[in-house]
Amino acid sequence: MPEGGTLAGVPPPAPPGRPLVALQGVEKRYATGTLAVRGVNLDIPRGEFLSLLGPSGCGKSTLLRMIAGLIAPSSGTIDWPASPHDARGAAQPRLGFVFQEPTLLPWSSALSNAALPLKLEGMPRSEREDRAAGALARVGLAGFERTYPRALSGGMRMRVSIARALVTRPDILLMDEPFAALDEITRFRLNNDLLEIWQETGFTVVFVTHSVFESVYLSRRIAVMAARPGRIEREVGVPAPYPRGEAFRTSAEYAAVCRTVSLALGEAIAHRGAA
Amino acid sequence: MTGVDDAPRPEPVRRVLFLPAELWPRILMPILIGALSLGAWEWAVRANEVPVYILPPPSVIWAALLRDWPSLSVSLGITLQITFAALIVAAAAGLALAVLFAQSKWVELSLFPYAVVLQVTPIVAIAPLIIIWVDDIRLALLICAWIVAFFPILSNTTLGLNSVDHNLVDLFRLYRATRFQTLIFLRLPAAMPYFLSGLRISGGLALIGAIVAEFVAGTGGRASGLAYRILEAGYQLQIPRMFAALFLICLTGIAIFLALGLVQHLALRRWHESAMRKEG
Repeated sequence: MPEGGTLAGVPPPAPPGRPLVALQGVEKRYATGTLAVRGVNLDIPRGEFLSLLGPSGCGKSTLLRMIAGLIAPSSGTIDWPASPHDARGAAQPRLGFVFQEPTLLPWSSALSNAALPLKLEGMPRSEREDRAAGALARVGLAGFERTYPRALSGGMRMRVSIARALVTRPDILLMDEPFAALDEITRFRLNNDLLEIWQETGFTVVFVTHSVFESVYLSRRIAVMAARPGRIEREVGVPAPYPRGEAFRTSAEYAAVCRTVSLALGEAIAHRGAA
Repeated sequence: MTGVDDAPRPEPVRRVLFLPAELWPRILMPILIGALSLGAWEWAVRANEVPVYILPPPSVIWAALLRDWPSLSVSLGITLQITFAALIVAAAAGLALAVLFAQSKWVELSLFPYAVVLQVTPIVAIAPLIIIWVDDIRLALLICAWIVAFFPILSNTTLGLNSVDHNLVDLFRLYRATRFQTLIFLRLPAAMPYFLSGLRISGGLALIGAIVAEFVAGTGGRASGLAYRILEAGYQLQIPRMFAALFLICLTGIAIFLALGLVQHLALRRWHESAMRKEG
């Protein structure tokens, strides 16, 4: 078993080619003067599974929303070198976003909810419903197409939310603490199912979490963040190969990476304000 | 992906005579109380020999209702027409204005105070003016009823359009939805429960507005709906007839309330908490 330091120093080789998205000196200062995110440089290669890990208030959600284009950075650039751009030069990456809450339309069935992004694109009804049914089946919800969110459990609602994010076949899936509100058993199952879909499909994932264990279990790479101002303190690689299963959760390797990440997180919290 | 978490399963509803069993007490108890009160009223009036022109017993009111049904039903028809026309116009105008408010903060800032002015002005005070200004008496009554019914729909719908989950708004932005798409697929459905509860309040208010305006018009000698019948019967000391007209107004109000409640239930039962059966 290698020492923690060795593990952290050697991220697994990134997939070759241009990064899917490149962040250069990205900062976010709110009108109140608060610096929410400071100086983030980050290359996210295609096919990556990256976690943004940090305490609450470290700007990890803000960073994710900037990548999604929901809020604009106050300085720095976010480039999508491999994505199509519109006439004004703005990147048009295919995004999927999963919020902490399922964020479903309560008046629409699971099928209509999953089909929503395609409906907004103007895809004809029969075609989008076929694709949405496929996405629902992919997340294990075949047979629940006509069910309304009210009649689904918390875990199932989150599955619908994931199906909706997947239905456009996105290049990148941005997830903002998606499983934080679920019980542990449901969370473990969704972790496994997410990994399985990711391996099959090969899209890129940026996963915001405050759980060391969740980030190590899922990711190839973890960006450990610190607060006030929010920044990336350190990057830690998780060299364990995929597929990862329940055996990985109990392995010594898993425990060792968790320790490394915990230490890095502890340092990040201790250094706050000093930098 | 493997199996799925347990889905909550709705329990089958026990039914008695086509209605859910738990609904029957809610229907039967008020009827029982009503019957007991009417019986007590009848007895008290007869035992104390109260003259009919002070307080007629229910049996006499009922007889008056049957005898005067031809004229009362015509008046009822007029009042109903005015009430429903006012409610429909109020719903359409309230909804349209609320949508306009949701599209532009400036429009809302400039116009909302005037909607409040319209709401707080007592209808009794402006009804005479409206009746003088508008030649067609029915149109005048409709305007009065509309003024009373309009505000709850406007303010509720405005609230609903602005109460959309901000994550859903972000989701629509993320998928580059147009303003129109966001309105049709997100804001309007989200405002639906608010609109319907406003409509339910306005249904009763439209009736009250119509009746009040009819009273004002009736005092000026212009014949119209049920309120005019009450005035007329009062002048002629036809007290049972007065009560019969009053009874019809109450019945209309209850019918409107129940009908709009049913509309609300049917429209929201699939998804909104307010329309769900209580569990457990």
